[in-house]
Amino acid sequence: MAEGIKDKVAIIGMGCTRFGEAWDKSADDLMIESSMECMEDAGLEKKDIDAAWWGCCFPMGGLSGLPLSMLLKLPFIPVTHVENFCATGTEALRAASYAVAAGVYDIALAIGVEKCKDTGYGGLPDFGGMMGGTSRWDMPNATAPGLFAIMATSYFAKYGLSPEEGKRTLAKIAVKSHHNGTLNPKAHMRREITVDEAMNAPIVAWPLGLYDCCGVSDGSAAAIVVRAEDAKKYRPDPVYIKSFNIAISSGEEKMYTDWDYAHVETTVRAAAKAYKEAGITNPRKEISMMETHDCFSITELTEYEDLGISPRGRAKEDVDAGFFNLDGQIPNQPDGGLKCFGHPIGASGLRMIYEMYKQLQGKAGPRQIKNPKIGLTHNMGGFPPMNVIGISILGL
Amino acid sequence: MVGITSYGAYIPWYRLNRNIIYSAMGWLNPATLTPGEKAVANYDEDSITMAVAAAIDCLNGLDRGKIDGLYFATTTSPYRERQNAGIIAAALDLRPDIRTSDFSDSIKAGTGALLSAYDAVKAGSVKSVIVCASDCRLGKPGSAQEEIHGDGAAALLFGDSGVIASLEGAYSLSHDFMDHWRAAEDRFDRSWEDRWIRDVGYNEFTSEAISGLLKKYSLNTKDFAKVVYPCLYTRAHADIGRKLGFERGQLQEHMFATVGNTGAAYPSMMLVAALEDAKPGDKILVASYGNGADAVFFQVTQEIEKARERRGIKKHLASKKDLASYERFIASREVLTIETGGRGEETAATSASTLWRHRRAIEALVGSRCKRCGTRQYPPQRICVKPDCGAIDEMEAYRFSDKQGHIIGYTGDSLAFSINPPQMYAMVDFEGGGRSWFDLSDCDLDSLKVGMPVEMSFRRKYHDAARGVYGYFWKAMPIRA
Repeated sequence: MAEGIKDKVAIIGMGCTRFGEAWDKSADDLMIESSMECMEDAGLEKKDIDAAWWGCCFPMGGLSGLPLSMLLKLPFIPVTHVENFCATGTEALRAASYAVAAGVYDIALAIGVEKCKDTGYGGLPDFGGMMGGTSRWDMPNATAPGLFAIMATSYFAKYGLSPEEGKRTLAKIAVKSHHNGTLNPKAHMRREITVDEAMNAPIVAWPLGLYDCCGVSDGSAAAIVVRAEDAKKYRPDPVYIKSFNIAISSGEEKMYTDWDYAHVETTVRAAAKAYKEAGITNPRKEISMMETHDCFSITELTEYEDLGISPRGRAKEDVDAGFFNLDGQIPNQPDGGLKCFGHPIGASGLRMIYEMYKQLQGKAGPRQIKNPKIGLTHNMGGFPPMNVIGISILGL
Repeated sequence: MVGITSYGAYIPWYRLNRNIIYSAMGWLNPATLTPGEKAVANYDEDSITMAVAAAIDCLNGLDRGKIDGLYFATTTSPYRERQNAGIIAAALDLRPDIRTSDFSDSIKAGTGALLSAYDAVKAGSVKSVIVCASDCRLGKPGSAQEEIHGDGAAALLFGDSGVIASLEGAYSLSHDFMDHWRAAEDRFDRSWEDRWIRDVGYNEFTSEAISGLLKKYSLNTKDFAKVVYPCLYTRAHADIGRKLGFERGQLQEHMFATVGNTGAAYPSMMLVAALEDAKPGDKILVASYGNGADAVFFQVTQEIEKARERRGIKKHLASKKDLASYERFIASREVLTIETGGRGEETAATSASTLWRHRRAIEALVGSRCKRCGTRQYPPQRICVKPDCGAIDEMEAYRFSDKQGHIIGYTGDSLAFSINPPQMYAMVDFEGGGRSWFDLSDCDLDSLKVGMPVEMSFRRKYHDAARGVYGYFWKAMPIRA
């Protein structure tokens, strides 16, 4: 009988680079930075590591485990390349955690990286031929902002929001994350914005404007995990994993006609399992803080409902009330989120966990949340009709 | 009796007022000033896609499984090798055991294809052949052709039962008359002096073919309800009819000032317009011009009343959108080299073997229907997508290209590269079930709404110039008429 992962694994070290347009740094430089900070934080050296999982999403980052192994000169240990769209970072840590929980290894490293800013144009690398199969023909000439913007037009229509009301709600989400980003020296974007600025920004994909879209960034984040019973040998304040859950689209959202394109079904499914594994019955009351996947403001809005925090169709009320602000009931994106910390694809899942880890340890500086108990990360890869959701729940 | 059993036409949504062209380029050649507007293909249209649209109109309500052949006439084949008629037949989801041929290289290719279809049915070799004539001709910037050429298509179905207009006779002329030409390596036509083309070619051949036909079948101009022939020069067009003895009311309106000279499609498009107004018993004379001429005459039957559910010429003419800028026009035809940015240069390779394996899904938009639960799905699945069904390999083919749907969410994406930004796309639910996401075309972002009905149109998905590939797929668009 499977027992799940709750309280079996602890994170004893983490590292994260500053995210941003690192014109002078390669993916290698970023990984050296995050892994060194991570090992120093854990008080370990690379000879102590038994196995590693390396997350990098876009194929130009390299294939196989070799890019990490040869970079760090890892001594002939197993290294696995992990890819699961933008949920790659969460997936890498999930694999490492399962390996130590299984008792196969004592110490495992998970590291995620993406060097997005080497394409020569804005946005993520073009999907054109990357989706495989017949997507060359039957996928629209789309970008990520557009495929999420569709969710905004459907959400607005479903819940009767005018474009003006809808965009105002989304703007408040961006304003909150921008404020949090100013408090974080590692964030890509550190500038306050106003609701009016966000609403009047140039349109990227109707109805989403510039401030509805997260940063496209370079960066890397890393974590070292051990079995829970060993954790205190390494540090007094390890962070314990309460749940790891991944849910992936079955195809029914994209091909069957029940799904409304106004929510993300996989989030609902992954959250249900995660809450069960972690023993959470009332997420609105029990979760202290979150880092959710705010690749776009509309994504964050629907997540509030899909994670069971806000009632269906009424996340706007919580946004209006400041429920998710740094001083609100469940602060979301305390580090600035994808919006302002930035979004190097393969690193983002680990970056979210890094913030929860620092917050739980009380080391989040000016953005420290008072006495947090339970942190949730929600990491999404893909597009609303077909995607990967990775949820982690962490605690002391 | 052998003749036309159905007709259809297509005129692109965009119209360009010739004053816009003249304002931009008239400085070069002030004598080019031509009145009226012309129909222009959208950036994702070409002679193949317009032929498919005309054929869909023609085959409305008919069983496509009964078509034994498809002939395609054009002077603007997207492919010089890879049969263009074959692409059209694939898009229409016709049976593979049919005859397909391209008729090309002359603007009389449309009537040539039509006569060949008639002969094949008459000979008993086939029962039913669809003839698509389509052209999308480019004029060099600053040329008279740039103002004159319009884009459009027509489709005529030939058969031996349910004939709406029987083909009663023909008279053909062939001359190696070098009025205009385009060599293998050329993109644009070259032409000789217009006065010579008009007086020695157009006037003479058209008149000779028509009078040759009248003489051959002992007919009189008064016998015809309508006479159809292309307009290369408006005054000369009127003179030809007058000199042959036709009344003005007998001349089929030539659409020169509304659509333009549509090349190989021109006579067939005018014939469709004539059929839209025809009454049983009418005789219609059709002549083409180009390296000689073909003259053909039809007799309209009682069956004509059964073929009225067509968009044809009238509805397509009425449904239009002004293209406001000359630069957008020449950019959309790849005459003007524009900044695509790095993203616009990212062109994934086309796998011919992948296309072949998935040809019905990609080219004909054929998905699957679960035989156990009836769920329609696209792309075709082997395992049913309905959560409580999940039947394995119990699917039958189900065609979505002829189904309407509605938008459940949409966007206008300014980050994606498009020649016609913003790139619009939507998730579409089909009536009767099935959904997928599609690019949108022939619409404005402001006009889109959740719940809006859409129909499918075969379009160019991409042009991979480096590898010489035109990629085709289906797009959704607001219902045209």
